[in-house]
Amino acid sequence: MITQPGFLASEFPPGVDVFDYKSLIPSLEGSMWGGAFTKLSLLVWMAVAIVIIFFLVTYRNPTLVPTKKQWLAESVYGVVRNNIATDIIGPQGVRFAPYLATIFCFVFVTNLWSIVPFAQISPNSHLAFPVVLAVLTWFVYIGLGIKKHGVLGYLKHSTVQPGVPWWVHPILVPIEFLSNLILRPITLAVRLFANMFAGHMILLVFTLGGVALWNAGPLLLKPAALGSWAFAIVMTLFELFILSLQAYVFTLLSATYFQSSIADEH
Amino acid sequence: MYIAQEAPGAPAEHAEYNVLGVPLAEVIVGLIAFGVLLFVLTKFVFPRMESMFQQRVEAIEGGLVKAEKAQAEAAALLSQYKAQLAEARTEAARIRDEARADAEGIRTDVLAKAREESDRIIAAGREQLAGERASIVRELRTEMGSLAVSLAGKIVGESLEDEARRRGTVERALADLETAGAR
Repeated sequence: MITQPGFLASEFPPGVDVFDYKSLIPSLEGSMWGGAFTKLSLLVWMAVAIVIIFFLVTYRNPTLVPTKKQWLAESVYGVVRNNIATDIIGPQGVRFAPYLATIFCFVFVTNLWSIVPFAQISPNSHLAFPVVLAVLTWFVYIGLGIKKHGVLGYLKHSTVQPGVPWWVHPILVPIEFLSNLILRPITLAVRLFANMFAGHMILLVFTLGGVALWNAGPLLLKPAALGSWAFAIVMTLFELFILSLQAYVFTLLSATYFQSSIADEH
Repeated sequence: MYIAQEAPGAPAEHAEYNVLGVPLAEVIVGLIAFGVLLFVLTKFVFPRMESMFQQRVEAIEGGLVKAEKAQAEAAALLSQYKAQLAEARTEAARIRDEARADAEGIRTDVLAKAREESDRIIAAGREQLAGERASIVRELRTEMGSLAVSLAGKIVGESLEDEARRRGTVERALADLETAGAR
């Protein structure tokens, strides 16, 4: 079994078991609470601590003319507030900005662990963490819809498309119901999870593939190993792009769902 | 291939890990961690940022108002200065015109006075001349009488003076001379 990144050379085609992290507290291993104390959970806590410390330190003494650090913190919140919340939801989107900004920071920093040396795994490559965020967003937008339109009103609002011939409704309403009320949190969670899972897999393939090629024996394969590692570096940069994009997309889609719930019409 | 040789058969227990599993422990960790983050950020950070944004907006708007006021003030001052300048210009022109008129007046005065003075001097000179001429004429008249009488006496050889005085010959001759001179 695998415990830490020390396993590399012996396991070339990396299997899904590389995502099976054991409890850092050995006595809990095997119990249901083992999962709460793995490396991934530790990384989640560290991400939370980093984000909190970042914001508390940079915003300890805010001034009207911002310092560089303060500007950085403000622009993180400002981008989510102005370019996501206000742009998509409208002026009243400002009240969702704190939630959306928190989602963005949480997803971004937990994603970032996937390319940070020695961490090199994102907690979001375990489905449980994206599911938590997606379900929270789901609750929020369903709650918003019910508050705005009432239970039946919201059901109608989100399933019945206006301007459609009556005989299409029997087909369209179940599809809309499924896609708007059931599948949204699932796609939201799986999109983030699958991206981070696949990203980790790709990095492992190129890194471990390089190790396997290097150890393979024939001198001819050594340059191929170097090429494989070089490509691992390229893919790390690509992963940086993907993880930022996923954090942005998750936030953006959450905002879009909120907007669809509080919209007056489609 | 080599790879297959290098990677010895994977242990059988690999299949146990479920990729799509959602362990409750991780869900709880995720919920608490995210909840803590959400609480701290929405309670202590983002509201302060919002108030800071608001303050900044107010500061900028206040600055704009102030700048507008200053601009209006400057414009008012400028028009005031312009008006004052125009006033000063017309005043200066007026003073110049006045001075020119004054100078003209003074010039004519002085000229008139000078002419008067010269006239007066000329008149006085003429008067004096006339007086002198008259006195010379008078002198000449008396002298001429006596000279003529004495000359005639010398010629005749006897003193005609008494005779001449007696008969008034000289006076008559002179009167004749005078009327001849006046004609």
